[in-house]
Amino acid sequence: MTEKNKNEPAPGGIVAEVAQMTEVELREHEAEVADVVATDREFAVGQGETLLEMDNVTMRFGGLVALDGVSFDIKRGEILGLIGPNGAGKTTCFNAMTGVYRPTSGQVLLEGKPLGKTTKHKITRKGIARTFQNIRLFDEMTALENVVVGTDARHKTSVVGALLRLPRHFAEEKAAVEKAMALLEFVGIADRAGDKAKNLPYGYQRRLEIARALATEPKLLCLDEPAAGFNPAEKDELMELIRKIRDDGFTVLLIEHDMRLVMGVTDRIVVLEFGKKIAEGTPEEIRNDKAVIAAYLGVPDDDVA
Amino acid sequence: MTTTKTPSTAKPPTAPWRTSISERWNNLSRFQQWVILIPVVVLIFALPWLNPPILTTEPGYDFSIAMFDVARYCLIAIGLNVVVGQAGLLDLGYVGFFAIGAYVAALFTSPDSTLWKIPYLAAVPLAMAITMVFGIILGSPTLRLRGDYLAIVTLGFGEMVRLFADNVDALRGNRGFSNIGAPPGTRENGEPLFVNFDGKPWYVLCVAVIIIVLILAGNLERSRVGRAWVAIRDDEDAAELMGVPTFKFKIWAFVIGAAIGGLSGALYAGQQGFMNNQKFDVLTSVLFLAAVILGGSGNKVGVLLGAFVVAYVPLRFLSIAEWKFMIFGVALTILMIFRPQGLLGARQRLLAYGRQAYQRLVGRGEMVSSDTAMSAEKGGLMNGGSGAPK
Ligand SMILES: Nc1ncnc2c1ncn2[C@@H]1O[C@H](COP(=O)(O)OP(=O)(O)OP(=O)(O)O)[C@@H](O)[C@H]1O
Ligand SMILES: [Mg+2]
Repeated sequence: MTEKNKNEPAPGGIVAEVAQMTEVELREHEAEVADVVATDREFAVGQGETLLEMDNVTMRFGGLVALDGVSFDIKRGEILGLIGPNGAGKTTCFNAMTGVYRPTSGQVLLEGKPLGKTTKHKITRKGIARTFQNIRLFDEMTALENVVVGTDARHKTSVVGALLRLPRHFAEEKAAVEKAMALLEFVGIADRAGDKAKNLPYGYQRRLEIARALATEPKLLCLDEPAAGFNPAEKDELMELIRKIRDDGFTVLLIEHDMRLVMGVTDRIVVLEFGKKIAEGTPEEIRNDKAVIAAYLGVPDDDVA
Repeated sequence: MTTTKTPSTAKPPTAPWRTSISERWNNLSRFQQWVILIPVVVLIFALPWLNPPILTTEPGYDFSIAMFDVARYCLIAIGLNVVVGQAGLLDLGYVGFFAIGAYVAALFTSPDSTLWKIPYLAAVPLAMAITMVFGIILGSPTLRLRGDYLAIVTLGFGEMVRLFADNVDALRGNRGFSNIGAPPGTRENGEPLFVNFDGKPWYVLCVAVIIIVLILAGNLERSRVGRAWVAIRDDEDAAELMGVPTFKFKIWAFVIGAAIGGLSGALYAGQQGFMNNQKFDVLTSVLFLAAVILGGSGNKVGVLLGAFVVAYVPLRFLSIAEWKFMIFGVALTILMIFRPQGLLGARQRLLAYGRQAYQRLVGRGEMVSSDTAMSAEKGGLMNGGSGAPK
């Protein structure tokens, strides 16, 4: 995460101040940032209750069955790992949850209510946010602007309000920028806040996706292989970040191939293979599960690090 | 960090003079910017009276009317830029909205029309309102389409409006409408202020309208609306998944573009005083689009520059006017090869408090690079994650 463009002037502002801070000041500052990141979050409300439920979801593409009667729950406040060999249907799960695809049969329930025909942007506002396996940022926007688009999911300014700059517009803009700045600090990329997304280093782009998704104030944050292409040190940093996100009160669903990362950070794991759920349990249980071991023996085992 | 997957951190080479101008401009305080802007605006207003020898189109073409034509194109380019530049929706039928605006002004003010007459200044907002309705009518079914399909449907819309004007009796085809209304006001000698042989008052009116529209468009740009548009332009699916109601904001882009098109049509009809079905062909649409793309779609200064070139050059060099489509065609082709983003690349400021935020966070403004949405490398290096560790 240290990669930088050599031509860039060193940042000043808050970023420079943070670099000068003592351990104690840093702690305090981080706490403040975490506060802004999760403002309206009601901590520990309904911890352990079911947040999202996949109820017998089947997803067919022509003859191909990408998901075959998959059922599992995500509980409030947990980090749930979703693993499986390539093509197992993990991303398809995300797509079914976020409204990209409608399940061929079965349903997805958020807080007990079926999502049914809810459109994508409404699902986001109901509280499911995601990142993408192939990074999909708004390339022409700066990092800060990207995150503010996420906060817009909660904004109510109308087109007329924006046109005439009514008071709500200013209030929302101000709050959005504050929040977006805190989010960039939270994920650790504030020093490049003013760069266009497409000009950011790869690791920054991955983190920016997480910041943008968090900006929508999700109840459930879905991360699709956030550590793909990272080296071990970067993976450790990411693990730290995911824990920080959970500690801030978010629920996380994590797709990840790297077993060390998954085992290290998740509370529970669901394993898919060929669209079917083959196991579910704590990292410890999954590590010793015969079906899982068999599934992973079939693939080149640099996945099973 | 696997460097092979790193998208280019090296900035594409940009013209140093341009970067420095825009950077220098951004480093000025708001106050300093106004100190520079106000004299420039005064100078622009005074152009028809100054009639500077290097700019003049006389004796071939009345300079004040030429300047009104240029201003009209600027207004059109701003409107089309909302649709094409900001929201990224290719609209080939923009002339349709322009025509509807012009016809509404004619129908409600010309004695040749059988409709109820209203003052010109009331007909202008009415023209905008009606074109907005047409924007919704055209947008609702078509904005679910993407890219090429949208271009074809809008092309058809432009043609439909023209065919209507040709064939519906009430629109008087080639005979047209004369004595179209104008704003009130008289000169010292008692003659009306707004007459079709003097472009000066029309020019001043049009520039004032442009300034208001630019301010309002700027307000939209630095709000959730402008951000939604750019998000849609960059990646519509991702925008939708980040909570942007894309369809709604695309309709708004269309409707706002339509309103500005209608407004410029109404101004045009008023200045001309006479209007028939002759000026609304596809080529005019293409010319409008050329203005936007030439200057740099998504860049307000750019599209004003593009509109100036497209409107002014044929009036200044009358001998080449009949070759204008060929000349612009060749110029655009060359431009697209060497500078696909247009003369000035897209750059929008999308935050009302952006300046303060960047200053506070990193102690400087944002990195303004002049490369754009349409630059060729887009996506090419972004496939890093797709492979996943196999
Ligand atoms: N839109 C689609 N049309 C047809 N087939 C699809 C579609 N989306 C996914 N599939 C297929 O569904 C299966 C599951 O794909 P999915 O992307 O969910 O796998 P995955 O577990 O995310 O794999 P990876 O680890 O490679 O990301 C694959 O065989 C894929 O080809
Ligand atoms: Mg996948």
